[in-house]
Amino acid sequence: MVDITPADAVPPAEVAEMELYHPHSWWTKYVFSQDAKVIAIQYSATATAIGLVALVLSWLMRLQLGFPGTFDFITPEAYYQFITMHGMIMVIYLLTALFLGGFGNYLIPLMVGARDMVFPYVNMLSYWIYLLAVLVLVSSFFAPGGPTGAGWTLYPPQAIMTGTPGGQDWGIMLMLISLILFIIGFTMGGLNYVVTVLQGRTRGMTLMRLPLTVWGIFTATVMALLAFPALFVACVMMLFDRALGTSFFMPAIVEMGEQLQHGGGSPILFQHLFWFFGHPEVYIVALPAFGIVSDLISTHARKNIFGYRMMVWAIVGIGALSFVVWAHHMYVSGMHPYFGFFFATTTLIIAVPTAIKVYNWVLTLWRGDIHLTIPMLFALAFIVTFVNGGLTGLFLGNVVVDVPLSDTMFVVAHFHMVMGVAPILVIFGAIYHWYPKVTGRMLNEAMGQFHFWVTFLGAYLIFFPMHYIGLMGVPRRYNELTDMTVMTESAQHLNSFISIMALMVGFAQMVFLFNLIWSIRHGREAGGNPWRATTLEWQTPQTPPAHGNFGKELPIVYRWAYDYSVPGAKEDFIPQNMPGSFGSSRGPA
Amino acid sequence: MADTTLTHIGRTQPRPAGLQGVAADWSSDQRAFKNVSWGKAMMWIFLLSDTFVFGCFLLSYMTARMSTRVPWPNPSEVFALHIGGSNVPLILIAIMTFVLISSSGTMAMAVNFGYRRDRRKTAILMLLTAALGATFVGMQAFEWTKLISEGVRPWGNPWGAAQFGSSFFMITGFHGTHVTFGVIFLIIVARKVWRGDYDTGRPGFFTSRRGSYENVEIMGLYWHFVDLVWVFIFAFFYLW
Repeated sequence: MVDITPADAVPPAEVAEMELYHPHSWWTKYVFSQDAKVIAIQYSATATAIGLVALVLSWLMRLQLGFPGTFDFITPEAYYQFITMHGMIMVIYLLTALFLGGFGNYLIPLMVGARDMVFPYVNMLSYWIYLLAVLVLVSSFFAPGGPTGAGWTLYPPQAIMTGTPGGQDWGIMLMLISLILFIIGFTMGGLNYVVTVLQGRTRGMTLMRLPLTVWGIFTATVMALLAFPALFVACVMMLFDRALGTSFFMPAIVEMGEQLQHGGGSPILFQHLFWFFGHPEVYIVALPAFGIVSDLISTHARKNIFGYRMMVWAIVGIGALSFVVWAHHMYVSGMHPYFGFFFATTTLIIAVPTAIKVYNWVLTLWRGDIHLTIPMLFALAFIVTFVNGGLTGLFLGNVVVDVPLSDTMFVVAHFHMVMGVAPILVIFGAIYHWYPKVTGRMLNEAMGQFHFWVTFLGAYLIFFPMHYIGLMGVPRRYNELTDMTVMTESAQHLNSFISIMALMVGFAQMVFLFNLIWSIRHGREAGGNPWRATTLEWQTPQTPPAHGNFGKELPIVYRWAYDYSVPGAKEDFIPQNMPGSFGSSRGPA
Repeated sequence: MADTTLTHIGRTQPRPAGLQGVAADWSSDQRAFKNVSWGKAMMWIFLLSDTFVFGCFLLSYMTARMSTRVPWPNPSEVFALHIGGSNVPLILIAIMTFVLISSSGTMAMAVNFGYRRDRRKTAILMLLTAALGATFVGMQAFEWTKLISEGVRPWGNPWGAAQFGSSFFMITGFHGTHVTFGVIFLIIVARKVWRGDYDTGRPGFFTSRRGSYENVEIMGLYWHFVDLVWVFIFAFFYLW
C-alpha cells in the first residue's frame, strides 16, 4: 500500500473539538454520567453481577447432573429454568454487554483518540435501558411460576405452553420483554460505537492504524446492529403469540388432550429468525475477543502483529460470512439436502479466515520476546482453547456428523469451549491488562496466577471429558442421567468429576473478584504505561484518564499500533503519537 | 461544534488506483465519510438497522402467508370502502399513501428552507409534514376501527387465515408507531427552528449539545425512510 501521508506530516483537523457535558454534581459525575469510561464501568459491573447469577445456576445444574437424586430442591422444572437462564444470561447479558458495552465504551474513545463517544447522552441512556433489561430478567426469578424454562433458544411452541416452566406464567413474557429492552438499549450504544470509530478519530488515525481491538469491537457492533433486529422481531411475534393469542409460531396443537386455539403458524420461522441472530451472535462475542487477544499477544511478546492487514480483512470476512451460516443450527429441524449442503459449505469456509488469524497469532509469537504475564497467559490459553473448540466445530458443521451428535453433551462441550471459555479467557486477560489503566494499580500477581491456572486447567478438565461422554451418547438437556444404557458406571464417574471441577473453577472466580476489589487499594502502583504499550490509551496524561481523556490537546497519530522492538529505536516500543520515522515504513499507511 | 460538515480536505499526494484506492478512501484519516456529520452518520446507520427490523417483519409475514393452508382474505375486498353504492377497492389506502408521500415532499422543502435559514417557512413546512403524518395515523386508526368492527382480531377473522389479522395489526402498528414518533419529533424540531435555537446555538435540554439546521435534514432522513417503508408494506400487504 502506498503511503498517503509522510510519517511526520500532521494532517489538518477534520474533526473539530467536541463539546463535553460537564457534570455539576456527584450524581451526574458518577451515576447519570455521560462519560464513556464511567458508563463502561457501570456496564461491566452490571454484567459481572448478573454473570455471577448465571455462574451459580451452572453449579446447581452440575450438582444435579453429577449427583442425581441428592438435591431434592432441583426439580426437573427448576433444572430447565436454570439451564435457560444460565444460557441467556451468559450469552447476552454477560458476554455481549461486557465486550461491547464494557470494553467498547472504555477502549474505543481512548484508542481512536476521541474525547468521548459521539453522542454521550444516548450512550448513557443505553446503559440505563440495559440495566432495566437486567432488572426485568431478574424479576422473573420472583414472578409467579418462576423464570422461563424453555431453553436458551426459546423454541416455540413449547416455550409458551403449559408443560414448560413459565410458559403460561410470567416467565416467558418477562424474558421476551427483557430481550426487547436489551436490544433497544444496545442499539443506542452500538450506533455510538460505530459512528465514533468511523467519524470521530483523531488526526493521523486512519482505519488501518487502528489497534485490532477496535477493529474487533467495531465489526462486532456492526454485526449486532444487523443481527439483533431478527431477534427483536422474533421476540415481538412470540410475545403476541403468548399475550394476544396470535399464531405466528404456533401450529395447530393439542395440549393435555385439548385442542389449543392456535393454528397455522410456523415454529421453523422462529428458528430461522432466532439463528439469523444467533449465529452472528457467536461472532459478536468472538470478534472482540479476536481483536483484544491480538493486542495482548503483540504487546506481551514485544513484537508487531503478524499480517495486520490480513487480520483486519479476516475480521471483516468472518463478520460477513457469519450471516450466511445460520441454518447449521437447524440440521436436525429437517431441511432440503441442498440447503444442508449450502450451509455446511459456508460454515466450513469460515474456517479459512479463522485459521488465518490463528496462524498470525502463532507467527506473532514466533521468536518474540514473550513475557509470561497474566494477560499473556490468558491470551495463550485462548489460542489453544479456541483451536480446540473450533476443530469440533468442523465436526458439527457437517450435516451427517451433526445429526447424531446434535442432542448430546458433545455439542455442549463444543460451544462452551469455543464461545464460552475462549471469550471468557480473553475477558480475563483483558481485565488484567487494562485494570492498571482503569484504577492506576496492578492486579495482584499471585492471586492472578492461581486464578489463571485453576481456570485454564479446570476448564479443560470440565469440557474434555464432556466431549467423551457426548460421543458415548449421553444426551444434553436431561435433568437426570441415571438408568440409561449410555450412562455406564464409568460415564457417571466422569460426570461427577466434571461437576466437582465446575465447582472448583467457580471458586477460582471468587478469588478473581476478591482480587479486583482488593487491588483497588492494595495493588502495586502501575504508572501510566506499565506494559510499555504503544496504543493511545496508555499515553493519557492522567491515569486513570480524566473526563475528556487527553487533557488539553488531542494526540496526533504518526504510526500504526504495533511498533514493538523496532531496530534502532531507543526503546522496544514506540507510542502511536510519537513523531519520527522509526518503524513508520513497517506498518500500513 | 464537531458536527459541522467538512468543506476542505487537504490532500497533497495522489491516491492509489483501483480497489486499493477504494480501500484507502474508506480507511482514510479521521473520518470515513468526509462530508457526513456525526448525527447524519448515526441516523443512516440506525436506518440500516431499522431496515432489517422491517425486513424481518415483512419476510415473516410472507412466510406465514405462503405456508398457511387456509385461504388468505382478498385484500381488494377487505380493504374496500362502500362509497356511493359501490365498493371501491383500496381507496382508503390510496389516499393514505398519497398523504404520506405528499408529506415527504413538504419535508424535502423544509430541509431546503432550513439550509437557507428561513426559519418561518421551515417551521411551517415541518408542521405541515407533521399534520400530514398525523392525518395518516388518523386514517390508519379509522381503518383499524373498521376492520375491528367487522370482526378482525389478532387471533382470527371471518374470512380466512388467522395470520392475516395478526400480521396486519403487527406490521401496520409498528409502522404507525414509527410515524407517530416522527410526528412528535417533527413538532419538537419545528419548535426549535421557530424559536431560533439553531441560530443562537442554544443547548439542547437533555443533551446540552448545540444543534444546527442540519437536524432538519436528519429528521427528514427518518421521515423519508418511514415513507419508503410504507411503499413496501403497501406493495406486499395490500397489492399482493
